[in-house]
Amino acid sequence: MEGTSRIVRVVEVKKDFPMGKGVIRVLKGIDLSILAGEYISIMGPSGSGKSTLFNMIGGLDKPSSGAVYIDEVDIAQLDAYELAWLRCRKIGYIFQTFNIIQVMTALENVTLPMVFAGVSPMDATKKGMELLDMVGLKERFNHKPSELSGGQQQRVAVARALANDPSIILADEPTGNLDVTTGGEIIDLLKMLSIEKRVTVISATHDFKMLNVSDRVVWVEDGRIDRIENRDELSISMGEIGER
Amino acid sequence: MMSWNGKKERRHLRSGRQVTLPFLKSVEIAVKSIRARFFRSFITLLSLVLAISFYSYVSVNTILLQGILLSDDFPGVERLVQEGDGALDPANDPKQRWILFLSLLVCVVGIVNTQLMAVTERFREIGTMKCLGALDRFILRLFLIEATIQGVIGAAAGALLGTLVSLLWSVARFGSHLFMVISWPDIALSMVWAMGLGCLLSVIGVLYPALVAARMQPVEAMRGRE
Repeated sequence: MEGTSRIVRVVEVKKDFPMGKGVIRVLKGIDLSILAGEYISIMGPSGSGKSTLFNMIGGLDKPSSGAVYIDEVDIAQLDAYELAWLRCRKIGYIFQTFNIIQVMTALENVTLPMVFAGVSPMDATKKGMELLDMVGLKERFNHKPSELSGGQQQRVAVARALANDPSIILADEPTGNLDVTTGGEIIDLLKMLSIEKRVTVISATHDFKMLNVSDRVVWVEDGRIDRIENRDELSISMGEIGER
Repeated sequence: MMSWNGKKERRHLRSGRQVTLPFLKSVEIAVKSIRARFFRSFITLLSLVLAISFYSYVSVNTILLQGILLSDDFPGVERLVQEGDGALDPANDPKQRWILFLSLLVCVVGIVNTQLMAVTERFREIGTMKCLGALDRFILRLFLIEATIQGVIGAAAGALLGTLVSLLWSVARFGSHLFMVISWPDIALSMVWAMGLGCLLSVIGVLYPALVAARMQPVEAMRGRE
């Protein structure tokens, strides 16, 4: 991995949430480096701090102490404009609940981040159609979300996440609301993107199919990183699960 | 397009790190939102239509009565004079004014209420937009444009309704001689006033809900399962 840059660096991150008179220490010191182009899964039971860590990496939340660097920029130092810019250009978000904007068509959803980024309408439409073609929804560009199935909506969300060629894709339980087959298709799509477009994919997930394609899996337990497994180590433990 | 942080914005313009939402695009999104949520918009509008039509009714009535009083030998003037001050100049009658004020107040409260609900319903949409790079003021602007469009439509409907009812009622009361003494420019002017007032009420009503929406954290988009 020589010469590969660290796209995300989490240093000594702690996060407390005030709760009544006391505080809850959700993250108790996390160190993590993610390389550009990696496919990372963050696993952990609910309440482990997984979502909090995930939100920190996505610039959606700031740490109580420690720092999160995205492209070697400390996101705690960014103002509202720079954060918006970061979300617009550097990071693509995929949600468990798809979050396609209901009043807009598939194409309009995909072009919205490009509108924010100041891309001209013609270029945005052209790029939007290319992206929809890539996720296999070219014919349905003019459909409203209500006319699309869950899997199709998630494909639109994937296309939208890619609109401004981000270097990171953050996927929060992307298969959580999908059936096994459709979920598998989304995972294949994400894996394909991470290989072809060299996008860093970071996902929080419970889905074991997701682990199969991950380069590394980060297990979070009780506010700390329990262990980080590479894929080759992982296939052994997957085998064990399969045998049961 | 106004910015309360011009210096900072210029800095970002220089560095090329700005996010934008062209005005026309925000109007387009606002119109789509209204059309997609027609029923909710309709309910928001209804209180505005009623309040503005009441306002229009009172002011057109005043114009008509003044027209009647200023004209010579109009049948029915004696009766009006007998009925006293309130009937002669409804807009200056304290009781009438108080009712008018209350109706406008109720209207604004109604708008705040429905708009707050609309914001809660749209939390996920707003959070998603913020995740895609929207600034607080994009969201604020979307809501203000929506409220202005709703205000124009609602107030126009209200002004028409109020004016029509007032005209019909007066014609029924005084007969068609009335049309000889009506000051049409005054009536047109009162409708313009009513429409302006309607837009103002609509925008005032949406200010607080829109601020709530704009300050929302993008992380909300991740939460909340429907």
